[in-house]
Amino acid sequence: MAFNYDQYLRVDKMPTLWCWGCGDGVILKSFIRAIDKLGINKDDMCLVSGIGCSGRFSSYVDMNTVHTTHGRTIAFATGIKLANPDKHVVCVAGDGDALAIGGNHTIHGCRRNIDITLILINNFIYGLTNSQTSPTTPRGFWTVSQKAGNIDPTFDGCKLAEAAGASFVARETVNSPKKMEKIMVEALKHKGFSFVEINSNCHINLGRKNKMQSAMANLDWIDSITVSKKKWDEMPEEEKRNHLPLGILKQDTEALEYCAMYEEVKKAQQGQRGVITQDDFEKKI
Amino acid sequence: MSATREVIANGNELAARAAVDAGCKFFAGYPLTPSSEIMHVVSDLLPKIGGAAIQMEDEIGGVAAAIGASMSGVRSFTATSGPGISLKAENLGLAQMVENPLVVINVMRGGPSTGLPTRVSQGDVAQAKNPSHGDYKSITVCAGNLEECYTETVRAFNLADRFMQPVFVLLDETIGHMHSKAVLPSLEEVQAGIKLRKTFDGAPEDYKPYGVGEDEPAVLNPMFQGYRYHMTGLHHGPTGFPTEEIETCRKLIDRLFKKVEAHQDEIESNEEYMVDDADILIIGYGSASLAIREAVNTLRAEGVKVGMFRPITLWPSPEARMHALGQKFEKVLSVELNQGQYLEEIQRSMGRLDIEKLTKTNGRPFSPADIIEKVKEVF
Repeated sequence: MAFNYDQYLRVDKMPTLWCWGCGDGVILKSFIRAIDKLGINKDDMCLVSGIGCSGRFSSYVDMNTVHTTHGRTIAFATGIKLANPDKHVVCVAGDGDALAIGGNHTIHGCRRNIDITLILINNFIYGLTNSQTSPTTPRGFWTVSQKAGNIDPTFDGCKLAEAAGASFVARETVNSPKKMEKIMVEALKHKGFSFVEINSNCHINLGRKNKMQSAMANLDWIDSITVSKKKWDEMPEEEKRNHLPLGILKQDTEALEYCAMYEEVKKAQQGQRGVITQDDFEKKI
Repeated sequence: MSATREVIANGNELAARAAVDAGCKFFAGYPLTPSSEIMHVVSDLLPKIGGAAIQMEDEIGGVAAAIGASMSGVRSFTATSGPGISLKAENLGLAQMVENPLVVINVMRGGPSTGLPTRVSQGDVAQAKNPSHGDYKSITVCAGNLEECYTETVRAFNLADRFMQPVFVLLDETIGHMHSKAVLPSLEEVQAGIKLRKTFDGAPEDYKPYGVGEDEPAVLNPMFQGYRYHMTGLHHGPTGFPTEEIETCRKLIDRLFKKVEAHQDEIESNEEYMVDDADILIIGYGSASLAIREAVNTLRAEGVKVGMFRPITLWPSPEARMHALGQKFEKVLSVELNQGQYLEEIQRSMGRLDIEKLTKTNGRPFSPADIIEKVKEVF
């Protein structure tokens, strides 16, 4: 029997606002399958989105949903999660959303290792606002704000997340919906901050002026710049520079999660234990 | 009625205690002088009662996390000073649009910019009316003494849930750091007065969070209870989903105004001190009113008939009452620790421009002598 996506969707809000051939729909499907696989009750789930094409994700899933301001998804989600630590909180943000205007919240969400799953849809451009440079736009690409060619260096969101302290970091592409689903299952199961970057196509506002006018051409380009982590590890340095590794890049199940640690704060304040000292932590600085 | 409580504390500490006594379970904020004691106190008190307080990475994150907790249905607040409000402004607009209840305490200091971090001002009164872009109707209360740091904070939580929007509590550096005895209502009385937001308990398919009367606030159920609705900063219709439909957009913004304007009697609060037989009316609020009261007492002892009108709710302003007072009093003096931000509202309400003003923007509080001197000079 065909998988029933409708049970997790607000079908009366369809069709989506996304362009024909947009990868966001593929991501939505993988996300729903992951939720279904884990058997998470949609009443126990809150999905928070920001501004951009990815921001509309929250309109379409039948959950507790919030469409917030540009870049602030993780900060809103932090309040929701800390006030409701037993619930599932998922953020969906774009590359401009999470890495430019909201970069600070991304860094500190990762640092706290609070149990939130961030699905960062990276389409390498500001799509909704018509082709401005994003922090992941490759140098030398045409953008409407840099018509002579983008000179701004790119930013590797996964490396940032890893360095900032996220305990689960992964990257996949819309070319592999099944792998994407598996990674989302792992991310949602993980207790701690899960940073999942999905490389997606925007043939309309990235591809159109960069020699990949069709969805297929854009997807082929994504395929050409990504390899499995295993292959990436074996690549010579000069090739590594031009490729993004795919798969689970970090999975630390021992890392302390923020809400769990906050329970210790409550115990300390309620006199059920002493104050938290350096002895409580393996890592001292 | 149960016994009152006598405590010795400063205004910031009293506001923090009030939040916890009013049933608040969540705080998120960022350190900012002269408001930080509020965070210091709630970071001890909230985990004690099973709540949470978090210091976020910046002011924007502070208000966002506080709104997030409130969106989930938990009473929540943030506290800061003027520079922090400037940063929080966009998300305060989201809370206005989503109709999310939130208490925002602003302990005012000298501005603009970094200004005078450890000194007093009432320079954020105009900001409190419209901190964010767009049209909405602010509710702002202003504590005029230590007791009110407590009672107005409690009232702000109830107003936020009643009208489903952010409510500002303005303190200032003088009152926030004034350390003295305060007589507070009993905890039982405060708890008996808690009025939480309305909720819908019908079938989820019948739930229209924004499908309310033209002067009513949204009915936003707590999350995770089977009502899976949508909140957005975009213009939205009765079910909460984005729309650009002309009539729906008009009705939404009209309602954000009407829900406050039609119920101003539930929000307005003023004090009139020796006004009835007075010849001269002084208008002032917040910590300035402490000096005004003393000046009124001194001038009365000298035979000068002076009275004070003190708005406790600054926004929406008590325009009808001020209009009536403007008809009665020829001699009116406005006293505030800014260049005349509320004076404009007094002039508008009274429909006249001949209001004397005493202003101060050097970071120092008024002394009663300043006011006495001004009264003798101009009247």
